[in-house]
Amino acid sequence: MADYIWLIPVFPAIGFLVNGFLGRKLPRALVSWIACLALLGSFVVSALVFIEFLKVPPESRLFEKSVYTWIASGEFAASVGFRIDALSIVMCLVVSGVGFLIHVYSAGYMHDDEGFARYFTYLNLFVFMMLTLVTANNLLFMFVGWEGVGLCSYLLIGFWYKKESASNAGKKAFIVNRIGDFGFLLGIFFLLAGLGSHGVWTLDFGELQKHAHLLTGAAATLITFLFFVGATGKSAQLPLYVWLPDAMEGPTPVSSLIHAATMVTAGVYMIARLNFLYVMAPTTMFVVTLVGVLTALFAATIGCAQYDIKRVLAYSTVSQLGYMFVGVGAGAFAAGIFHLMTHAFFKGLLFLAAGSVMHAMSGELDMRRMGGLRKRTPVTYWTFLAGCIAIAGVPGFSGFFSKDEIMWKVFANYGGSLMFWGIGAVTAGLTAFYMFRMFFTTFHGECRASEEVKHHIHESPAVMTIPLVILAVLSVVGGWVGVPHILGGANRFEQWLEPVFGPGKEAAAPALNFVTPAFAEGAATHAASPEGMLMAAAVIIAFAGIFIAYYLYLRHPQIPADFVRAFPGVFRTVNNKYYVDELYQAVFVRGLFALGRIAKGFIDETLIDGTVNGIARLIGGIGSLIRLIQTGYVQGYAFAMIIGAIAVLGYLIMKVIL
Amino acid sequence: MSDIGFINPLFQWAVFLAAAVLSLFASIMMVTRRNPIHSALWLIVAFFSLAVIYLTLNAQFIAVAQVIVYAGAIMMLIIFVIMLIHLESAFVRRRKLSGAKVIGAFITVILFLEVAAAVLSNGCKTAKAATGAVLTGSVAEVGNSLYGKYLFPFEIASILLLIGIVGAVVLARRGKD
Amino acid sequence: MLHGIPTSFYFALSGALFTIGAIGVITRRNAIIVFMCIELMLNGVNLTFIAAGNMLNSIDGMIFVFFIMTVAAAEAAIGLAIFVLLFRLKGTVNVDEINLLKG
Repeated sequence: MADYIWLIPVFPAIGFLVNGFLGRKLPRALVSWIACLALLGSFVVSALVFIEFLKVPPESRLFEKSVYTWIASGEFAASVGFRIDALSIVMCLVVSGVGFLIHVYSAGYMHDDEGFARYFTYLNLFVFMMLTLVTANNLLFMFVGWEGVGLCSYLLIGFWYKKESASNAGKKAFIVNRIGDFGFLLGIFFLLAGLGSHGVWTLDFGELQKHAHLLTGAAATLITFLFFVGATGKSAQLPLYVWLPDAMEGPTPVSSLIHAATMVTAGVYMIARLNFLYVMAPTTMFVVTLVGVLTALFAATIGCAQYDIKRVLAYSTVSQLGYMFVGVGAGAFAAGIFHLMTHAFFKGLLFLAAGSVMHAMSGELDMRRMGGLRKRTPVTYWTFLAGCIAIAGVPGFSGFFSKDEIMWKVFANYGGSLMFWGIGAVTAGLTAFYMFRMFFTTFHGECRASEEVKHHIHESPAVMTIPLVILAVLSVVGGWVGVPHILGGANRFEQWLEPVFGPGKEAAAPALNFVTPAFAEGAATHAASPEGMLMAAAVIIAFAGIFIAYYLYLRHPQIPADFVRAFPGVFRTVNNKYYVDELYQAVFVRGLFALGRIAKGFIDETLIDGTVNGIARLIGGIGSLIRLIQTGYVQGYAFAMIIGAIAVLGYLIMKVIL
Repeated sequence: MSDIGFINPLFQWAVFLAAAVLSLFASIMMVTRRNPIHSALWLIVAFFSLAVIYLTLNAQFIAVAQVIVYAGAIMMLIIFVIMLIHLESAFVRRRKLSGAKVIGAFITVILFLEVAAAVLSNGCKTAKAATGAVLTGSVAEVGNSLYGKYLFPFEIASILLLIGIVGAVVLARRGKD
Repeated sequence: MLHGIPTSFYFALSGALFTIGAIGVITRRNAIIVFMCIELMLNGVNLTFIAAGNMLNSIDGMIFVFFIMTVAAAEAAIGLAIFVLLFRLKGTVNVDEINLLKG
């Protein structure tokens, strides 16, 4: 099986090529079949690899295959190669599995769009790039995937390119991503140089893990920080999150796949992959945790004041990504990846369900014009509810286990500090609140849509609802692989990822004021331990959020309206996303334009053109002067010759006489 | 003059001085005359006096060649051309010499001063050395040299003259035949 | 000829002839006369060669003069043909007025 791991990214690549070149000429059904089967192929291969992994002991769960030497320069070599270990296989399964479901859904959602073939081409290209990212065996090849998903994100966000807001959003996404990528590249360079000074020239993950200890603490901090900057761009954290809400201009399945389940999680994956570097830099890990938790809170507050259902989900994604970074920042890499997986399930589901709502409401996005959909779109209703419950962290559902794991670990690994946990808990409450605000407004109460829209409300076809159901089931049961010890489970998920993260954990222990022995013992067995108490507190907060949403939006809908009227300034600020985009526009965009104007006006026109043209004019001037010698007057020329003769003769005579 | 035996040095000096003065006078006159025909005639005088000076230097062949070629052929050509373009009647204009030319003339005098300096310095004050057989510039000698050592340049010179002839004919043709 | 005329006198004469010719070249307005002055310069040089050949007791001086004369003859032929053409073209052989090459 190890020899076939390269098929995992290659199936979608083939789909991309076939649909790319022939898509326009093929019937639509065939196009969607090709795309979906490609994904199914990847999923099947991943599953087969997974099964093989189960048969072997944990230490040997590693397949590596180098296909082709891409760069060989002096002592440095980078290859096109694939590496599947416990972490990658989880990612592969998630990407190909959820991706497959979304492809199937898209066949229904996009069925009367004229860019059908183009859509599936881009989607397959995206999955190819994403799978490259997660299966690459060295940083350089991973970066290829990293850039590739950024490109596909641009292509897909701006899919309806004729709409100006869509193409602008695509550009914004790509440019902001690039800023992060710059940090990523710098990280690669510093890493290569840092290890190179010790004679180790490699970017291979296996090799890096072996030699990482050669780096100094300061070097590791710098490198990890730069990589985190890259993650900030790709995974939409402060301050580079601004592209994600605008990315909702793209088709909804795109939002589901790229901006919920896969691309935005690349940053988390990258940090998890490089965990051996991060445990050497506790300062960076603190920064990661801090940025993550602040982003989570910040985005959650914005989500409370949005009326566009996709925007609410977008900010929710930013917020949940913040949680994932909190997890990896606290050294709980397994918990972060766990939340990544469950988030893929329930957020992917929520986006698809939102798409189903839009489909039913003839393209309406504003929740103020919805309502009363419960009876008319039952499947959408129940699946959406499953997703909301999962994200709110209700016990038993997937979100609860993953979020709770993160919250506990951040408390424990930072020496029992309540700061991070506290912010995380508040955010959890807000999450529950705004998700259910959206849920109740959209599905319950009176239908506030226009008559014509009301007339057309219908449930989505099976090709769209079946993926919803499957994802809903996963949102429920997906967390059961990570039931923590305190609740009687064996936390299989963490065990599974032990070979990848294990060595890192021991190294991180002293740095992050790890759990003291007392805590550790108590946590393992006693229900009244801190972990248990925190878990209970989180559950209470979640339910409180749900209840408040119920109260405010179902029972007494006039309260929120009064609130908006009473505090218009506050509401407007939050509704307008704290004017961050406007700030960026004023500072960076205008600043760069001003810089460009200076460069054009002064540097380019005055200095450079002046110099070049000046030299030309100078030479012309000299030429005009020399031209005066050409009088055309023969006697003048003769006289010049005589002067020459006098000079030469004089010189010779001087030599002889003197 | 060596074959003739002993020549009175006074005679030699007299001939030389007369010819030299004549040549200088003739050349100055040539340069300053207004009428081109007069200039040409003075030039002929200068050529003749130079031929005499060649004779004092034992270059008989060259002296004769000087008279035949220069004073004869070339000057005749020049006079023909002067008459051809009616210059003999176009000399009435009496324009002042421009200042630049005067200055130029004075600077050219420096050339002569340099030559004089060179001549007067030690390098050139040599009396003729009587080294064995004194050379005669007779036709036989020159001929021997031309057809012996300098045969190749001689032939090339003939080609040069051919080119000159062809060139002159081509140039003087009037437009279409 | 132990008491022959010192060669330096010949050189001085030749230098004088050359200089006079040069002054004539610069000074005169008429192209034909300029040409004649050039011939005078050539003759001055001829004299130098003959005198030097005489001083060094070599036939080479005369050979040199022979060739100079040849070239001068060819040059005269062509040069005068050019003057004729120039006169046909410009109507004058005044060097001040012939400045077609003026840049």
